[in-house]
Amino acid sequence: MMLHVSPTAATTGIAKGEVLLNVENVSLRFGGVKAISDVSFDIVKGEVRAIIGPNGAGKTSMLNCINGFYFPQEGHITYKGVRRQKVRPHEAASSGIARTFQNVALFKGMTTLDNIMTGRTLKMNVGLFWQLLRHGPAMREEIEHRRKVEDIIDFLEIQAIRKIPVGKLPYGLQKRVELGRALAMEPELLLLDEPMAGMNLEEKEDMCRFILDVNQTFGTTIALIEHDMGVVMDLSDRVVVLEYGRKIADGTPDVVKADQKVIDAYLGVAH
Amino acid sequence: MSAVTSSALRPLLSPALMATLKGLGILAAIALAIVLLVHSGAMPKGSIGHKVLAAPFIDMWDLPDLLVQTLWEGLVAGVLYALIALGFVLIFKASGVFNFAQGIMVVFSALTLVGSYEIMTQRMGLPPGTVVAILALMIAIATMFVLAWLVERIVLRPLVNQNEIIMLMATVGLTYFLIGFGEYIFGGNPKVMITAQLGLPVGQTQFNILGGRVNIQHLDVAAAVIASIMIAGLAFFFQYTRIGRALRAVADSHKAALSVGISLNQIWVIVWFTAGVVALVTGIMWGARSDVSFALEIIALKALPVLILGGFTSVPGAIVGGLIIGIGEKMGEGYWGPLFGGGIETWLAYVIALGFLLFRPQGLFGEKIIERI
Repeated sequence: MMLHVSPTAATTGIAKGEVLLNVENVSLRFGGVKAISDVSFDIVKGEVRAIIGPNGAGKTSMLNCINGFYFPQEGHITYKGVRRQKVRPHEAASSGIARTFQNVALFKGMTTLDNIMTGRTLKMNVGLFWQLLRHGPAMREEIEHRRKVEDIIDFLEIQAIRKIPVGKLPYGLQKRVELGRALAMEPELLLLDEPMAGMNLEEKEDMCRFILDVNQTFGTTIALIEHDMGVVMDLSDRVVVLEYGRKIADGTPDVVKADQKVIDAYLGVAH
Repeated sequence: MSAVTSSALRPLLSPALMATLKGLGILAAIALAIVLLVHSGAMPKGSIGHKVLAAPFIDMWDLPDLLVQTLWEGLVAGVLYALIALGFVLIFKASGVFNFAQGIMVVFSALTLVGSYEIMTQRMGLPPGTVVAILALMIAIATMFVLAWLVERIVLRPLVNQNEIIMLMATVGLTYFLIGFGEYIFGGNPKVMITAQLGLPVGQTQFNILGGRVNIQHLDVAAAVIASIMIAGLAFFFQYTRIGRALRAVADSHKAALSVGISLNQIWVIVWFTAGVVALVTGIMWGARSDVSFALEIIALKALPVLILGGFTSVPGAIVGGLIIGIGEKMGEGYWGPLFGGGIETWLAYVIALGFLLFRPQGLFGEKIIERI
């Protein structure tokens, strides 16, 4: 019994600057509530794409559609040139989409190391037999992946908390471990849901640095939701703005910042 | 400075150890009080106090061979309780479902084993013996796998994210389905476990120790050894393998597990299959001590006090809880049972669990429930 790796994991060659993910006319309803209506945008390989908007605008729902937690009722999502119908979360993961969550979703009882090792699940495929023996191929595989995980731990500067159950860590570090787990998947597209929520200034600066490093060193495409406008404007190449489930603006930070609709959405309009 | 001291002492004085020491201290104080009461003449022989508090311990002291025998029987029962509880814990951890059907899975798997052996030897004319017994064992394991797969497909998948009570009802339904299906296929009569054919030892050995005789059933030794290996194997599997890590991950957070590419469906099949194999082993051991019949199902209810003691989410808890209940039950029956006219074995476990609930509602090793408001 093995956790299978879907064949879609084969990396299709999408060059930097080409469209990696295309969202076309996506609508999502929960019963009578429309969370997303007819939203279209694209994410280009190698960019940092921000999704912003007031509370309840449908940002997290959008990420959930992309990584398969929700199935949009209308519209399509094309990823690496393949139009997906119903993609399930573990299929999205095996096709190279990793994510973090708004309210940290870690495995609280497990150590930092084990948490990040789970990110390697899809890349490990030695069968149960060898795993039970913990010998031969299974041991080699474990060591190989442990090495990769140690690299990530070094990169995120969390060596000291390697063996600590993550439930005991402060919030800022938990967020960092969660990023580490997503990085361990060596994703092509990394979805970050409010990576800096609830952090102090110093932690925010650290996190910004890590995100930029990931983007520049590994060339990982990043889509992030963030409320801190300063962070969004500094980090992102392009910004899409949602309000009440609709797209109201899309473009570079400067363009979006100057857009009247965006200003109205954030500051309110006089009636 | 104080931080350094406390962190240096932490490995030595963990909260669990502190609690144990405290518990031992209280026990020692109680023992001393009893001794003083008896010696001072405040608790004369024949009084209720003497019968409850002193006489059983004097009996233990006077007949150490009987004590060893009782402890041994308690240990074997405890290991088997631990096995049943383990089946519950596995499924509860990974899917948050309290699997009411665990008891019937024990019966059903044992029936499949014995039934397919009977069919092969009696109707198909294969020679009775170890080879056919092993074949029957493989059929039983395969059946538990098919059952796990079907449960995942037909019950868990459509009901994912439903209320816990709905999942519980689903497993109650599964229980009645398995009872009916089992009776339809194998009939309702009790069957004899194919103990010797499976290569399990029968017979007993008597030891002359401590001025008396201690009887040890070979099967009980085998049961204790096999159950211990199984529990250790599962613990190892959970701790050190990739799939074990995935199982723990699912137990912690479904959405996070999904996001790293762990398929819940596969994990559920693995977990239910593992619980099925645990049920099969339990069924063989219990079946060998009595008969294989649907009456065995109620031993699942014995797992409840074990779970309350050990905590629903803890594998070590299931083991320790099982041992406490098993040994407590046999000791209670042997030494305090006569005061109640005997037969207290049937309810003592629940009373122990009830007493426990008052002090540690989360169990010995369960996660402390802290509701944030």
